[in-house]
Amino acid sequence: MKLLFSIAVTLLRAKLRQSIVAAVGVMFSITMFVTLLGFMNGLNDLLDGMILNRTPHIRLYNELQASPRQPVQVAWEAHQGKDRPAAHHFIRSVKPKDDLPRLRNAEAIMDVLDRDPRVMAVSPRLVAQVFFNAGTVDLNAQVNGIDVNDEIRYYRFGDYLTEGDPHDLAAGNNVIILGKGLADMMAATVGEAVQVTTASGERSILRVVGIFQSGIADYDKVQCYTNIKTVQKLLARPGSYYTDVNVKLHDLEQAPAMARELSARFGVDAVDIQTANAQFETGSDVRNIISYAVGIVLLIVAGFGIYNILNMMIYEKLDAIAILKATGFSGPDVQRIFLLLSMIIGLLGGAAGLIGGFGLQRLIDSIPFETAALPTITTYPIDYSLKYYIIAVVFALLTTWIAGWFPARKASRVDPVEIIRGK
Amino acid sequence: MNRSPLALDVRKVNKAFHDPVTVQVLKDVSFSVERGAFLSVTGKSGCGKSTLLYILSTMDTDFEGDVVIDGISTKGLPGDHLAAIRNEKIGFVFQFHYLLPEFSVLDNVMLPGLKLGRKSREEVEADAIARLKELDMADQARKMAHQLSGGQKQRVAIARALINDPLIIMGDEPTGNLDKRNAEIVFDIFKRIAAEHKRSLLIVTHDPDFAARTDRNIVMEDGRVIGGHNGSSTK
Repeated sequence: MKLLFSIAVTLLRAKLRQSIVAAVGVMFSITMFVTLLGFMNGLNDLLDGMILNRTPHIRLYNELQASPRQPVQVAWEAHQGKDRPAAHHFIRSVKPKDDLPRLRNAEAIMDVLDRDPRVMAVSPRLVAQVFFNAGTVDLNAQVNGIDVNDEIRYYRFGDYLTEGDPHDLAAGNNVIILGKGLADMMAATVGEAVQVTTASGERSILRVVGIFQSGIADYDKVQCYTNIKTVQKLLARPGSYYTDVNVKLHDLEQAPAMARELSARFGVDAVDIQTANAQFETGSDVRNIISYAVGIVLLIVAGFGIYNILNMMIYEKLDAIAILKATGFSGPDVQRIFLLLSMIIGLLGGAAGLIGGFGLQRLIDSIPFETAALPTITTYPIDYSLKYYIIAVVFALLTTWIAGWFPARKASRVDPVEIIRGK
Repeated sequence: MNRSPLALDVRKVNKAFHDPVTVQVLKDVSFSVERGAFLSVTGKSGCGKSTLLYILSTMDTDFEGDVVIDGISTKGLPGDHLAAIRNEKIGFVFQFHYLLPEFSVLDNVMLPGLKLGRKSREEVEADAIARLKELDMADQARKMAHQLSGGQKQRVAIARALINDPLIIMGDEPTGNLDKRNAEIVFDIFKRIAAEHKRSLLIVTHDPDFAARTDRNIVMEDGRVIGGHNGSSTK
């Protein structure tokens, strides 16, 4: 094998320029493959992150709706039997009860979830509809009472603040962080006070400690954040009053099943991230398929390049093949020599391609990319995952092996008698 | 190892080409070569002598009959087996020198030895240099094969044929492409190999002088062995 390898290397060196052209073909395609996948996935992570980072894997809440089974219906069904004639009720347009969107037993639910090994974090929320009074105009908004430290840690709350420090929100009372759009409409800046009116008519003054920008303008026009205590005070509710419990899991994929389980167990509504954001997954998948397809096409093109060059080389080397065979190298030996030759091209080109790919990724990573959507992003996103490098090398070796195999087999079948006599 | 007294035994070899019409090239060719014998095969163009040589070399397997090399019947053996026999027991010298131009002279001589793998690289290299020295080519060892003249190339090819101490050396018009002087040198080398190394030689040639000076001559016509001479006498 060592001998075959040294023969392959000598043949390669004799045709150095062609070999380099073939290796550069592989290098180019590997470079593009790695760069494309790294860039695409960086972008995917960025776009997914815009929603997924901030979205709980499971959200438990209590939807305000009419009871699906009205008492009259229950009574009627209970009385249906063989001794009673069939009956029908004509009650229509049933309205929900004047009930609060409170999540009952929220503290007990959180206790149970805290002990669940699948759960990474549990944090309560209190969401309320309010009006901001800006002069004579009332702006409708949704105030989210959050557990600030949990939100910073698990939902990257801090990443979306353009002004202010999220920890100020945890520390103070009567403080608020406004969405960018909302702050602009009220011409409010950090440090100023804004007046809030709840749906039931109570008024409070809150101090603005920060501005956040989610990247979705409509969302930023109607959302604001404060700590849970402030909202409880606004609404004049006790300390155990929550409307949502957000759950973050260790494994995102378990969310749909677990949402169903929690919904049945606690008698609350539960929505999982996949259901709430199905379109993002689809988008990521499609982008992934496109980048893999382009990358593989590049490799196949490089593979044809190697195939051509090896084929030409074999025609030029017919004499050498005949001599090798005449002096005792078998057909499989000859095949191995040419296969090795192809693999050396693939390996060298692949290695150079990985370095080139890394370089190109670094280059893209340094190009400024300012987006209103993401205040913390300053350059184009790149996913430097080792996975893409491994896939690229495996594909490079696979395509060069296949591209080398056919010419190598042809070389192994060269009849030395024909070559030697034909001269 | 099986010590057969015969280096080569050719038994009723028949061969026909079928394209475009069936032509019987070899008809019941039988002869044998003793160890250390220097044989030549002569005949007109198209008499089948080259075809015979390639059958004997195990490179052409499409024939009837049997070729026994050192007591081993080669008929029906798989290709890699035949390649191993060629490597170990047969040395080749062609009309056109057929060195590998990408390799140095020394590498060319060493390749079959390295392939055989009985000796270390250093030993094979020492052998190769010894062979080149015998042929007065030691000073050219580091040159690339394509830098040599025709006669020099042929001597390198002979050194390569000798590297594995083969039982028999086969040549297809080895002097056909050389001038008189170089042809003479090559003939003397062959003669010496047969005498000193006790190797058998089977050389196909056009050259009646060459044939006349070998130990034994086989004359072919229309695919048959029709005669020849024993000893260095004219036919």
